[in-house]
Amino acid sequence: MAEREQIKKTAPSRSDETEVEEVPASNKKGEELKAELDDLLDEIDEVLEENAEEFVRSYVQKGGE
Amino acid sequence: MAIVKVLGMETEYGIIIRGSTDPNPIAASSTLINAYVAELNRRVAWDFEDESPGRDARGFAREGSMPPEVETHLVNAVLTNGARYYVDHAHPEYSTPECADVYDVIRYDKAGELILAESIEAATRALPPGQSLVVLKNNSDGKGNSYGTHENYLMDRSVPFARIVGHVMPHFVSRQIFTGAGKVGSEATGTGRPAIDFQITQRADFFEEEVGLETTLKRPIVNTRDEPHCDAHKYRRLHVIVGDANMSEVSNFLKIGTTALVLAMIEDDWFARANRDFAMQSPVAAMRRVSYDLSLAEPLEMADGRTMTALEMQWEHLDLAKKYSEVVGLDAIGGDGVGADVLRRWEQTLTALESDPMTLANQLDWVAKYRLLGAYRERHDLSWQDHKLAAMDLQYHDVNPARSLFARLGMERILDPDDVRRAVSEPPETTRAYFRGKCLQRWASSIAAANWDSLVFDLGGDPLRRVPMMEPLRGTRAHVEELLSSVSSPAELLERLGS
Repeated sequence: MAEREQIKKTAPSRSDETEVEEVPASNKKGEELKAELDDLLDEIDEVLEENAEEFVRSYVQKGGE
Repeated sequence: MAIVKVLGMETEYGIIIRGSTDPNPIAASSTLINAYVAELNRRVAWDFEDESPGRDARGFAREGSMPPEVETHLVNAVLTNGARYYVDHAHPEYSTPECADVYDVIRYDKAGELILAESIEAATRALPPGQSLVVLKNNSDGKGNSYGTHENYLMDRSVPFARIVGHVMPHFVSRQIFTGAGKVGSEATGTGRPAIDFQITQRADFFEEEVGLETTLKRPIVNTRDEPHCDAHKYRRLHVIVGDANMSEVSNFLKIGTTALVLAMIEDDWFARANRDFAMQSPVAAMRRVSYDLSLAEPLEMADGRTMTALEMQWEHLDLAKKYSEVVGLDAIGGDGVGADVLRRWEQTLTALESDPMTLANQLDWVAKYRLLGAYRERHDLSWQDHKLAAMDLQYHDVNPARSLFARLGMERILDPDDVRRAVSEPPETTRAYFRGKCLQRWASSIAAANWDSLVFDLGGDPLRRVPMMEPLRGTRAHVEELLSSVSSPAELLERLGS
C-alpha cells in the first residue's frame, strides 16, 4: 500500500508528545495512598497467615504446563 | 491485513490442601473441580424443577476428546461460558473461552477467579473437618517450581514464523515492566549475581532458551507449540508461555492488549516497513536483568550494538504502534475503541513508570506488591528474607476473597463487576464460544463432547453427530442467536445445520 510506504523511518516522537501528557486521573496522590496503606497495615495482621513459616514451607507445587 | 486477534488465556492455579495427612495435589484439584461441577448440576436440576431451564440454566459436559496433551481420566469440564476447567498435571486449570477483544478476555480471566473461589466454597463443604484448600493465582511456589499462565493469539498461517519470533521476543522481554506480578527473592540458579530481595516478575527466573517446544523444562521465551484448534491451513495459534498471572486488571489489559497489537504489526510486516528491529544480543539473560532491575535503568545490548533499557524499548514499540494505528487502523484488536484504549493506557503507564513507578501502586501488580511488602517490612523492621514477606507474596494471589491481599489494596478496576459475574456462566458473544456455551446451557445432557473446534451430540440411538467449528469467528451471537431461538431440540438444531 502506498500509504504505508511513505513511512520509511520513524523517529521516536515521545519527547514531543509525552511531556504534555497529563498524569492519569487514577494515579492517586502520594499522601492519599500513604494514608490508605497505613490503614491497611493496621488491619492486615488479622488476615495474614498466623504461622507464616509453616504456610510458606508447606506450599510446594509440582511443575505444571 | 492483520487478522482479528482471537484471544484466550490459560491459568494453572497453585493449590494446597491443609490439615490433611495426604496432601495430594491431583486429588485436591479433582475435589475442587468436581465440587464445582456437582454444585452446577444441583442448580440446573433445581432450575428445571422451577420450570425455568432456559436462561439461567448452567450445564456442563464431560468430554473425552479434548486436545492430545490432556490426561482424559482426570476431571475435565466445559462450562456454559465456553471455558474449559480441568485438572492439568497437579493443578486446577481454567482456560477462557475464545474472545475477540481485549476486554472480553480479561473479563473471562477474572471470571475464572470467581469460579475458583466458588469451587473452594463448594469443596470445603465436602472436606472432612479441619481440612481446607488454598488456591493461588500465581506462577511459583518460591522453591523453584513454576506453573504457567499462557496467552493465545490467533495468527495468519501465512506469516513466516521466523518473523514472529524475531519481533515478538524483544516485546516479551521488555513488557515485563508492566506485566510483572512481582516476587520476593529469586529462584534462578547459577546467575552469579547478588541475592535478589524483590523482582518484577514471577516467571523470568524460569526461562532458559530463546525458542522451543518445551513448557516445563528449558522453557523458551517463544514457544513453538502449533496446535491451532481451528483451520490449520489458515491459522496459527501463537502460544505464549512467558507471562505472569495477573491479579490486576490493568496489568492484564496491558499484557494482552500490547501483545495483540505488536502481533498485528508483525502480521502487517510493520517493523520491516518502518525499518525497525529490536533484536537483542542475549534475550534470555535480558529476561532476568529486566526483572531484577526495579529502577528500570538496566542497559540491554541490542544485536546491532546499541544499548536500550526495557522502558526505552517499550517507548519505541508504542511509537511504532501509534503510527501503525494511524495508517493501518486497529481493527485487528477490537476496533478503534478498544485499540485506542490500549494505546492510551500504554502511554500513560510508560509515562508513569518513567517518572515514578510507585504512582502505579493502584494499577500494576508488581508495584502494588512491592509497595505493600516494603511498607510492612519497614514497619516491622524485617529482612526481605523473612517468612512473613514470603507468605504475603503468596497471599497476594489467594483467590479466596477473605484471604486475598490483592483484594484489600483497592486496585483500579477497568471491568464492571456485574459483567464479570455474568461471564461466569454466559459465553462471549463474538466468537464460536457463543455457540458452544449456548448449546451447553440448553442441551448439556445431549452433548457427548465439547471441544474447542467441535461439539459432539448424542441424540440416543443414532451415531454421535459432530458439529465442526473450525472458524473461531463463526458461531457468534449475530450468526446463531436466531437459529438457536427458533429450534426446540438438539435434533432440530442438527437438522437445520445440515449436520
